[in-house]
Amino acid sequence: MPATDDVQKAQRFREAALPYLDDVYTLARYLLRDASDAEDAVQECYLRALKHFDSYRGPAMKPWLFAILRNVCNAEYARRAHRPSAIEDTPGAAEQTPLWQEAEASPETEMVRSRDVGAIRKLIDALAEPFKETFVLREINNLSYREIAEAVGAPVGTVMSRLARARAMLRAAWMAEEEQAK
Amino acid sequence: MTCDEARILLHALLDSELDAGHAREIESHIASCPDCAAEFAAQREMQRVLAETNLRYTAPASLRARIEASLPQPQRQPTRRSVLRGFAMGSAVSALAATGVVAVVLRQDDQQRILSEVVSAHLRSLQAGHLTDVVSTDQHTVKPWFNGKLDVAPPVIDLTAQGFTLVGGRLDYIDARAIGAVVYRRRQHVINLFVSQTSSTEHRPPKTQTMQGFNCRRWGERGLNFWAVSDLGADELAEFVDKFEAAMAKVEGKSGS
Repeated sequence: MPATDDVQKAQRFREAALPYLDDVYTLARYLLRDASDAEDAVQECYLRALKHFDSYRGPAMKPWLFAILRNVCNAEYARRAHRPSAIEDTPGAAEQTPLWQEAEASPETEMVRSRDVGAIRKLIDALAEPFKETFVLREINNLSYREIAEAVGAPVGTVMSRLARARAMLRAAWMAEEEQAK
Repeated sequence: MTCDEARILLHALLDSELDAGHAREIESHIASCPDCAAEFAAQREMQRVLAETNLRYTAPASLRARIEASLPQPQRQPTRRSVLRGFAMGSAVSALAATGVVAVVLRQDDQQRILSEVVSAHLRSLQAGHLTDVVSTDQHTVKPWFNGKLDVAPPVIDLTAQGFTLVGGRLDYIDARAIGAVVYRRRQHVINLFVSQTSSTEHRPPKTQTMQGFNCRRWGERGLNFWAVSDLGADELAEFVDKFEAAMAKVEGKSGS
């Protein structure tokens, strides 16, 4: 039988964390690129979050949940490690790669054309980590730079350079597809 | 400012993350550098296209249910044992009957959770535009509206003459099942009457509980569980339940003979 404290804690947790279920699930879908893996990861994330809810001191619930989800997803990457499709989180990659390599490759600047949801999701899915997660956290989960830094455990400066790189890569891939379609 | 810096900072400008001083700096760089200006325009356009597309996913209801089920559930008070067991077993059996596949073993302390769900549903209904799916003061309009939407349509009884105005009906979701809610009003107070099916035909006398400042009076009769929730005082809510039960007995009596 759960103690009254546990029940009250669960109730507080329910009210604080469950409203972000769609946000957490969205991030999991982009990180894992698989619906059922994403469901498992989100459930595990909420289990862990409840366990550590006592030590949660804020400020914001969303970045805290995302940080836990990242850990769960990293464990999933490790499990997939033998698969060729495994994505490695390579800290420092953002700093090693020139930022506008792609922009130089297509000097005349063109605007991206609108695409359907599925096509855009595919382009985002194809981004390498850690650029993809930074991009999704900013553009789809609407986190501020500071919140992203909190969720991924990196300085704000790193978040900014990763985001710039992610957007440059996404636009390059987008333009390349349009080029092919012609 | 160098182009190196600008290629990073232009994103912070797009995201409105810069203070006024830095924003001016990057803006003046863009104004004087055609390459960075082109990059800025292209990125702004991409951001606009992305914002127009709903790229979010929605968590499946089954996932929400799985997570809910994994959280510690409130336990019941021992003094309410006998009453609650009846309710819990009723819900369990009818839930089983409703799904026909999944064996649901409800713990007895689920009653407290269901009460909390009922009160939450009541709160939700008070938000603008959430109160009713079908708006009518005519019971002969509200009752047929439920047909086909639920296994068992809730009894819809006009109590206007008794001081409780029928406002309409709504489908709601309690204990992971769709159930009917009949909405009444007394003065400015809304009463939600939630009705769900149970296999128990035993009569369970009304009991009032309070949660989050709302009174909830529940009882069981003729294979149905009832929860009446309102911010009305306990005495007026009890009056509502008495009037409802009396009117229902009259209706049943007529149709039975």
